[in-house]
Amino acid sequence: MLKSLHIDPDKCTSCLLCELACSFENEEVFNPAKSRIKVFTFHDQGRYVPYTCTQCAEAWCMSACPVDAISVDRATGAKVVSDDLCVGCKVCTIACPFGTVNYNHDTGKVIKCDLCGGEPACAAMCPTGAITYVDADWTGYDKMRRWAGKTDAGPQAHA
Amino acid sequence: MSWQGKILRVDLTKGTCTAEPLNMEWAQRYLGQRGLGSKYLAEEVSPKVDPLSPDNKMIFATGPLTGTAVSTGGRWSVVTKGALTNAIADSNSGGYFGAELKMAGWDMIIFEGKAPRPVYLHIEDDRAELLAADYLWGRTVWEVEPAIREKHGDPMLKIASIGRAGESGVMYACVMNDMDRAAGRSGVGAVMGSKNLKAVAVRGTQGVRVRDPKGFMQAVATARAKLDPSPVRKSFTRHGTMAMMDTANRHGTLPTRNCREVQFDGVDKVNVATMTRVRLSDGKANLIGNKGCFACSIACGRVSKIDPSHFSVQGKPKYLGAQGGLEYEAAFAFGPMAGVADLEALTYANYLCNEDGMDPISFGTTVAAAMELYETGAITGKETSGLALPFGSAEALVALAELTARGEGFGKDIGLGAKRLCEKYGHPEFAMVVKGQEFPGYDPRSMQGMGLAYATSNRGACHMRAKPWSDDFARITPDNKANVVKASQDEVAAIDSSGICFFATNVWTLDDLASQLDAACEGGWTAEKMREVGERVWTLERTFNLKAGLTKADDTLPERCLKDAAKSGPAKGMVAELGKMLPEYYTLRGWTADGVPTNETLQRLAL
Amino acid sequence: MKHVIVGGGPAGVTAAETLRKVEPTADITLIGGEAGPPYCRMAIPYYLAGNIAEQGTYFRHEGDHYARLGIRYLNDRVEAISATDGRIRLAGGVDLAYDRLLLATGSRPAMLPAPGLDTPGVYSCWTLDDARQIAARATAGAEVVLIGAGFVACIIMQALAHRGMKLTVVAGSSGRMVRSMMDETAGDLIMRWCREHGVSVLTGQRVAAIEDGPTVVLADGQALKANLVVVASGVRPNSEFAAAAGVTVEEGIVVDGYLKTSVEGIFAAGDVAQGLDFSTRTRSVHAIQPTATEHGRVAALNMAGRSVAYRGSLGMNVLDSLGLISSSFGQWQGVAGGEAAIHLDAARYRYMDLKFDGDRLIGVNSVGRTENLGALRGLIQKRVRLGAWKDRLMANPYRFMEALVAVTA
Repeated sequence: MLKSLHIDPDKCTSCLLCELACSFENEEVFNPAKSRIKVFTFHDQGRYVPYTCTQCAEAWCMSACPVDAISVDRATGAKVVSDDLCVGCKVCTIACPFGTVNYNHDTGKVIKCDLCGGEPACAAMCPTGAITYVDADWTGYDKMRRWAGKTDAGPQAHA
Repeated sequence: MSWQGKILRVDLTKGTCTAEPLNMEWAQRYLGQRGLGSKYLAEEVSPKVDPLSPDNKMIFATGPLTGTAVSTGGRWSVVTKGALTNAIADSNSGGYFGAELKMAGWDMIIFEGKAPRPVYLHIEDDRAELLAADYLWGRTVWEVEPAIREKHGDPMLKIASIGRAGESGVMYACVMNDMDRAAGRSGVGAVMGSKNLKAVAVRGTQGVRVRDPKGFMQAVATARAKLDPSPVRKSFTRHGTMAMMDTANRHGTLPTRNCREVQFDGVDKVNVATMTRVRLSDGKANLIGNKGCFACSIACGRVSKIDPSHFSVQGKPKYLGAQGGLEYEAAFAFGPMAGVADLEALTYANYLCNEDGMDPISFGTTVAAAMELYETGAITGKETSGLALPFGSAEALVALAELTARGEGFGKDIGLGAKRLCEKYGHPEFAMVVKGQEFPGYDPRSMQGMGLAYATSNRGACHMRAKPWSDDFARITPDNKANVVKASQDEVAAIDSSGICFFATNVWTLDDLASQLDAACEGGWTAEKMREVGERVWTLERTFNLKAGLTKADDTLPERCLKDAAKSGPAKGMVAELGKMLPEYYTLRGWTADGVPTNETLQRLAL
Repeated sequence: MKHVIVGGGPAGVTAAETLRKVEPTADITLIGGEAGPPYCRMAIPYYLAGNIAEQGTYFRHEGDHYARLGIRYLNDRVEAISATDGRIRLAGGVDLAYDRLLLATGSRPAMLPAPGLDTPGVYSCWTLDDARQIAARATAGAEVVLIGAGFVACIIMQALAHRGMKLTVVAGSSGRMVRSMMDETAGDLIMRWCREHGVSVLTGQRVAAIEDGPTVVLADGQALKANLVVVASGVRPNSEFAAAAGVTVEEGIVVDGYLKTSVEGIFAAGDVAQGLDFSTRTRSVHAIQPTATEHGRVAALNMAGRSVAYRGSLGMNVLDSLGLISSSFGQWQGVAGGEAAIHLDAARYRYMDLKFDGDRLIGVNSVGRTENLGALRGLIQKRVRLGAWKDRLMANPYRFMEALVAVTA
């Protein structure tokens, strides 16, 4: 069974260790600006929400890519950017309705969560269990996925 | 690596920002943050400088581990000559600001001079500029942070600022960051205000690199595997520092009613149990959650929502959202020290301290001194803006918090701090201070080691310059305390220079920290080398203070602790035995009987 | 079932692949008008810049991709459609029967209303072959006059500047850049940026003629001698043969909510189609990549007999002008009675303009920001009621990502 990231904002303390783990895993630098996962703080609610790509079934980024540079990793189900193929046109960055595909000025390519090939560094680093990597069927992403599926523009059914 | 190797020098008088290389030779000897900041201060500022004059400098300093994934690796310090203490000050803060500064490529900012008009510093990676802050002057920390983000259209800006307390010269004003984190002690916010510097806003996208990435992540994982499952960590996460309230009371070391007592009869109304209990008024608890600072796997920070029916917040909706909640030191100072047994009033006073940037320890202890002045008749309603100030008055606490934050009426007197307030009204003995800085939440009579730590702390009375808790709770007698205190002062000085939080080292040994530090940066770091750095930093601070005019006579405690015995608890009948401990301490430090480091000591430490 | 797809762009390729998925045994023919495998026009500037090889522009990277899927791929052009008997005739003489026909013929460069376009050294930059020819002549230091300052012109400018060429842009009489995607403030920022980065931008000028040299002669008599002239002054849909077959054509081929044209059995998709606009609920041509692929997919599903409604496409674009990144979404011009949240920091080339209808986001212009841009699409497309977040965005429009997280997580 495919696994996916399960995010439980109620457990998040906004320590940003996930962002450090992510940037380190992908860029060998501690740099939240390069992280594929981002914690959003809602101070007056005392609420902290880690947010990243849901690997949504719609795969807006993948279908928008003009050069087939985003593909599905069969082992993890992640939508993965090929640095060799990406030309840096950024169309995926405006196509993803979650805002979780981003342009990296240093490389001229886009970056997004690729589930670290099946061992997500953010989940391993999270001290509270707010980010876990679990069987896909019962993740809290269901809510976001439903949201993705219900958008009013674009195709409503899938081949 | 791990250091960025770069300092930003900001001349506020001239309005210039210039980059310069970090002195890497000093970095090897003073590490960073507290130590390296103190070295720069000692080199560049006359110890005799008036803290509030343009000749004083103020340094924002990160450590080599700031901005890395070491658990708690987000600390930063404000180093200057303290307004409150006239001694060297190093005020340590968490939150996200310090890591962001490091991410922008800077180890430190050195502020010098005084801006002719209010300004703030805006940093985006390499680019730094001073901008007019007239529109921010007179506004609170809670207003300034969103206002600067709006001005630059950047929600990611991290901001350190002063509130109205720092502007109006409250002697214990803080530099606040991230809404409720504080470089709290010694009046560093008053120094910032004296320079007409309202805020520093920073966005950093360059990141922090370490010497041995693989080895570093292994060391971090090993240290996390020790820290995270420990009962100490769990208690901090669950109860925060508030767990100390009941412990201190049980041990008879809870400063109560301006240290006239050491146990508080109202403790049950201001402890963890009350904070987590569902309120009858609104069916919710004061505590709604916890939060971490940058890279922290402990997350001791409290998040609270005040009781909307409490008298303090009527007609004030801005206080009804979630905010930084009570930590032990704030709660002790507003609660037992002032005799107030009203958790919601304490919470409100804490909000005001965060909102306008005041040190809650100093504020609460100064309120306690004012209450004693009032109860003994040294002041009356004539001086207090008509307020009645009996011990235990939640109304008085709330009113004084508002007046002091705004710099109005009797609040101006409270803003002087306990020492100056009590001198003004003829009773210096009511000031529970060392070197002008107010007591934290431990009574020296039942914690002899803490008493020695207060007396010898280079920044005045402080519980964060040594870690004598476990020894003090195990032994109430003064023997061997000098040894314990000296050793832990050196360790803490090294920890405070590294970029991590003191609290992680309640579990980690210095070896645990050294293995992470060594993988992060050049220098062959071991616990031994760190101790040596710590002792060097301590002695440098001491030397600065001696040159500033402080003497052995300043290494003391209020008479009340030395002469009036504890009235209850395990240490009932005891006084602080400073006279026994201090000579032993000087000897261990390699100082003369007058507390001056000998030439041999200075040479040994290469000072 | 016999499916014939005319056009080897993103709409055509997506449609062919989608049909194969839902109809494993159908007969599928894909006709591309240019030699070689289907490639993506959007990738041409990156080829021209020298960032990728020609193969990098191909839609699919496995050589036998179409054969493997059982998609017959022909390099040919359509001459005529006979809708009454369900046949099309190709220029190469082939005559094909179809049950369902998809017109995904895209667009072509608009002609400049000036003499001399056939002068040696004058090119449009539309096809891969155009790009090859330009690349062969685009040596570092060579002088180029680029006619046009729209979206396509700007991405060509980026590519040519990357090759180290000296650029003069004739922005036309409007004096604005990318005016179909950005407002005046944003266009001015982009123009100032280009000028600061060494591009000469001429405004308020009309091209009178192109003479030998090549030399671009402007209406005021100024003559711009160049090594190369590139014309990029807009595109128009390839819809003539459809009109000839009786298909209703306005701006483009008019399609209904199922991508059907006015003629039974004929569908249209992509740049050539005038389909439902998400924002205005009217029909318009959205010549952008995401619309092309979405059109292709939905058209294919309907060709296969599934009744799948297309809910409209959202106009959006992202542009990199010599490193300054701008984007636009939806109704960035705003609507009557709607509010705007604007932040401008001209010194740092940053601009954000959110347009609202009530408490819903409907359009955006943004300059100098790349983080989380897609969230803007999400907020617009989901027609999110922002409630209290509207006021927060009015105070700081850059908090849009927080707004999205707040409403979805």
